[in-house]
Amino acid sequence: MDLSASLNLALPELILAISVLGIVVYGALRGNKSAFTVNALSGAALIAAAFAAAFGSHGSGFSGSFISDGVAVYAKVFIYIVAVAIIVLSKGYFDRLNQTKFEFPILILLATLGMSMMVSAGDLIALYVGLELQSLSAYILAAFRRDDPKGSEAGLKYFVLGSLASGLLLYGASLIYGFTGSMNFEAIAEALKVNTEVGVIFGLVFLISGLAFKISAAPFHMWTPDVYEGAPTPVVAFFAGVPKFAALVLFARVLTDTFADLYSQWSQVILLLATLSFLVGALGGLMQKDIKRLLAYSSIANMGYALLALAAGTGYGVQALLLFMVLYTIDTTGLFSAQMALSRKGVPLTRIDQLAGLSKVSMPITIAITLLCLSVLGMPPFSGFWAKVFVFGAAIEAGHWVFAAIGLVASVVAAFYYLRIIKLMWFDGGAEEIDAAPAATKWILYASAAFAFPLSAFALIWLYPLAENAIKSFGLN
Amino acid sequence: MNIDLTHYLVVSAMLFTIGVFGIFVNRRNIIIILMSIELILLAVNINFVAFSAHLHNVQGQIMAMFVLTVAAAEAAIGLAILVTFFRNRGDIEVDDASMMKG
Repeated sequence: MDLSASLNLALPELILAISVLGIVVYGALRGNKSAFTVNALSGAALIAAAFAAAFGSHGSGFSGSFISDGVAVYAKVFIYIVAVAIIVLSKGYFDRLNQTKFEFPILILLATLGMSMMVSAGDLIALYVGLELQSLSAYILAAFRRDDPKGSEAGLKYFVLGSLASGLLLYGASLIYGFTGSMNFEAIAEALKVNTEVGVIFGLVFLISGLAFKISAAPFHMWTPDVYEGAPTPVVAFFAGVPKFAALVLFARVLTDTFADLYSQWSQVILLLATLSFLVGALGGLMQKDIKRLLAYSSIANMGYALLALAAGTGYGVQALLLFMVLYTIDTTGLFSAQMALSRKGVPLTRIDQLAGLSKVSMPITIAITLLCLSVLGMPPFSGFWAKVFVFGAAIEAGHWVFAAIGLVASVVAAFYYLRIIKLMWFDGGAEEIDAAPAATKWILYASAAFAFPLSAFALIWLYPLAENAIKSFGLN
Repeated sequence: MNIDLTHYLVVSAMLFTIGVFGIFVNRRNIIIILMSIELILLAVNINFVAFSAHLHNVQGQIMAMFVLTVAAAEAAIGLAILVTFFRNRGDIEVDDASMMKG
């Protein structure tokens, strides 16, 4: 394949990369007063990239380093849309704090570019560079409020543990390269068909540990609650959804595609990570008092379900993963925008008990949070229920019904902390007035609540075949 | 004595382990953690270059270049975050980074 065809495949990434360079120059010349224009330009670049991805061609380019298949396109379009929503949310959040800075959307764009490279990675070099571009932007975003002691502590913790994870992943990549003789996923899969040395399995375990860290699966989850509590809320809303989606697609590409022949080895590791994640997420969340820490444990538990779908190792497992992550990301973005919408006398509400009696002061926000909580806990007919149906369906189909049962028990335990929020809002008293929320934040909250129920039922009618089609052109098969 | 692939792999594994222990065992200074991270990345580079020479395949050396570049960017970002941390706290002891617990 020649260069122009390869460049054509990478059109969404090229749009993002070139526009981010232009936007950073514009922002640097105009300073913080250009923040609104920079936001608008970044949003426009993301939407243009989403169109380029949706209508672009499929294939692999740059000598197999870059893959643009159905799954990559599905993930990219969704990642770009969520990134636009995050930029909109961040504007309301930083305007309220009077800390608007033009660098924020630029960092979001760079992180999105990294994720986009991750889902399209066709060899270990692209995997590492994409992952690092995403992670390095994420470290800066976590410490974005540099005058806030909690924010810089969150950034520091995220940086140290994230770099360690990158190091583990890289060590794994070097072993895989050494024992299979190639960086390219396709060539690695070919080499594994001939023989498998123990070094490859060793490397694969390191690689899985590094990626599990990025999606905050237990036992690599210890950074999650601290970073979620300390980092600015729009950043956390960003972290909780799409980077994990991108890392999971990368997981699917590496495991179910490249290392398909080692299924019996890696499926045990993934099942262990999944079981630990939903147990840690369900039990750890019970005692939390901070809203964002609670959502951190909720996200750990949900990553367990995503890994359970992945452990099936089948096409249907990957399809369940794609559907689960879209439904979950919309729910979690809604919950974080609820946290951003709520503040009292200029101080954001951070503790769960501050939500008491919310229904008496702001009925629409209370209804939206209730819908989202019911959805995340998996109540039928909300979107979170369908997400779990797909995941457990894939797990049972692959014969992992014991793990599906443990997951079900964990989700019942986790239901406690979502129901406690609902009970506090509706039945407890002692509420004071809350401040008016930024309009865009409220609308994103209402939109995601409306998606949780009833829009998701209609959305799934076209989302399901979309994911099904995406799987058909997944990677090598 | 003939130095073959195994020797390089052992050196690299030792440096990698020292780096990982440097992060977890060190209870004093965050700068030491940054140095440990650098040590991990360079240990991996030895692995890549040794494999590349052994396999007569250039990809490993290309990867080593990328790792060096990323390591530089990572050090810059790490130090920048460390500076904001220092401005907020007044020192950079590891045990101080514990505002959030639970």
